[in-house]
Amino acid sequence: MNALPRERPLLRAGDLSKHYHVGRSVFPAQRRTVHAVDTVSLDIWPGETLGIVGESGCGKSTLARCLVRLTNITSGSLEFEGRDIADASQRQLRPLRRQMQMVFQDPSASLNPRRRVGDLLADPFRIHERLSASEMADRVAELLRRVELSPEHASRYPHEFSGGQRQRIGIARALALRPRLIVADEPVSALDVSIQAQIVNLLADLREEFNLTYVFIAHDLSVVRQISTRVAVMYLGSIVESGPTDLVFATPAHHYTAALRSAVPIPCVDRARRSRQVLKGDLPSPMNPPSGCRFHTRCPASTSICRNERPLLQSIGDGRLVACHHPGGG
Amino acid sequence: MVNVIADQPTVPVRRATAGPWRTAWRKLKGDRSAVGAFGVLVVIVIASLAAPLYAQYVSHTDPFATNLNGEIVIGGATQPVLQPSTEGLGLGMTPIGPTWRIGPYLLGADNQGRDVAARLLYGGRDSLLISGAAAVLCLVLATFLGVVSGFFGGIVDVGLSRILDVLWAFPIFLLAISLSIVLIAQSIQIGPFEIRSGSLWLPVFIIGIVYVPYVARPIRGHVLTLMQAEFVTAAIGLGASPWRILLRDIMPNVVTRIIVFVPLILALNMMTESSLSFLSIGVQPPDASWGTIIQDGQGLLYSRPIVALAPGLAIVITVLALNILGDGVRDALDPKSSPRGV
Repeated sequence: MNALPRERPLLRAGDLSKHYHVGRSVFPAQRRTVHAVDTVSLDIWPGETLGIVGESGCGKSTLARCLVRLTNITSGSLEFEGRDIADASQRQLRPLRRQMQMVFQDPSASLNPRRRVGDLLADPFRIHERLSASEMADRVAELLRRVELSPEHASRYPHEFSGGQRQRIGIARALALRPRLIVADEPVSALDVSIQAQIVNLLADLREEFNLTYVFIAHDLSVVRQISTRVAVMYLGSIVESGPTDLVFATPAHHYTAALRSAVPIPCVDRARRSRQVLKGDLPSPMNPPSGCRFHTRCPASTSICRNERPLLQSIGDGRLVACHHPGGG
Repeated sequence: MVNVIADQPTVPVRRATAGPWRTAWRKLKGDRSAVGAFGVLVVIVIASLAAPLYAQYVSHTDPFATNLNGEIVIGGATQPVLQPSTEGLGLGMTPIGPTWRIGPYLLGADNQGRDVAARLLYGGRDSLLISGAAAVLCLVLATFLGVVSGFFGGIVDVGLSRILDVLWAFPIFLLAISLSIVLIAQSIQIGPFEIRSGSLWLPVFIIGIVYVPYVARPIRGHVLTLMQAEFVTAAIGLGASPWRILLRDIMPNVVTRIIVFVPLILALNMMTESSLSFLSIGVQPPDASWGTIIQDGQGLLYSRPIVALAPGLAIVITVLALNILGDGVRDALDPKSSPRGV
């Protein structure tokens, strides 16, 4: 895999945070802050596919939107190709959008139901390039063919397609301008398992063909394992472990990663005896996160230091970063 | 044969496909009551447009001139249009009643000897014209205000919403009557346009204004919802400018809302116009509207009830048809509803 670090990361996030304010009240005591993304640092290198996993509500989608600046970030730094985009306005970001695109989870929501597919796919060209009508039609036809749809589909409306086909249209739209980075926010979660594999394979093919870099967000570990070169595990808005995919899944260093891994059903019968680690309790509220290590309320190995001191994301040598006082949960 | 690959097109590729508009149109055509209501409205509009023809070739009278000493020939006998009253105290004059035959005074005369049937058609013309023009004015204004405040938000939204709240705070008729009384006395000047008192544009202006908040608010809410839609986020992600998002992503979805309002606002305008005209602050004499004819018939309610009943019935039928059509249009444009009987 071509995950070798080159000169500089394509996208670099430093201590990125996104807070939401809940309950507009004149009384400060009633104002609450949701720490949806809490001091996340990430480097995304050209050519790699970074999988981001975590359970529902851990801030994966918010992180995705922060990375491509579809939402404003509360604090932290964000650089794309060396340019600071943390505080850039949408107008300033517009030319950069050519280089970074997003694929959304639910294609039936992200495609305008009142516009034909050909019209939707022509949008990127209309915005960023000056093309004649026939050139545009050619490019749209080419795009449709590339995502294994037929050029005749251009005259249809999104509701006339199946979920998988719609996601192909969403991918085609993201691909139109040959971006360097595609952030895919749970692109297959809304699809049937059989179709999930097709979409993941398509994304993998496109990665080779167009030399793409992906940030691939999912809650399904097997999907992430299939496509990612590196994974980052999120818990309650923060990254708890990151590293090469095989290593993270084979020998999880963080107890949360271990618990996530053991929750994946195993198709092989004789391996089924592997000890399962079932987490107790629910995900704590991001409005009122636990002190110290965020995971200590559910961690099987928590001690007093976990309750009081927040562990930093530190290297454990083999290319991995772990935020745990007692790593080696696997 | 079972199709193994589930992700293949299930519908054969066709050139023309059922877009949302086409689907809505097909649903509307399948809705019998809506089609019937539309038919009724077409008949009413055509009849109203034919008013001058009716006056010239059928009733042979000038529906705007008083005809106190006129006479007509019915069944060989010459009768005065206004006859000495035979009822009650026998005071005053009673206009001739309906002849019920094609020709002059089909529905009788009013107390100035004018042909009620001809005036009814002319009145329909004014009523429909005012309702229609006021609906256009109302929807254009409301769409503009609703879309602008929903799309730009912030201080613009706060400002426009408060203005709408002020309009909203007035009861419709109080506002309309106040405006009429103030404006009807003198002409008003808006830029190069002057609306003279007694002009039909005055009621158009007044009625067009009063329902603006009732349309602008839902449109603003709809735009606010659309702004949160993921396809708008996707457009931002593509680098689309706010104008492009407004025109390509927001407006096509707002248009359906506006269309649903058309028949309903027409019906409301119709009733408001009639009410104002009935109160003598809408259409000014000698022009007729259904409201003014009802007023003319008010004094003849006991002797010649047809004078008030005919325009009243016309209003009821038109408003009812508009409402039924409005329901049909709403159902047809609602993607969640299926065509009736299917």
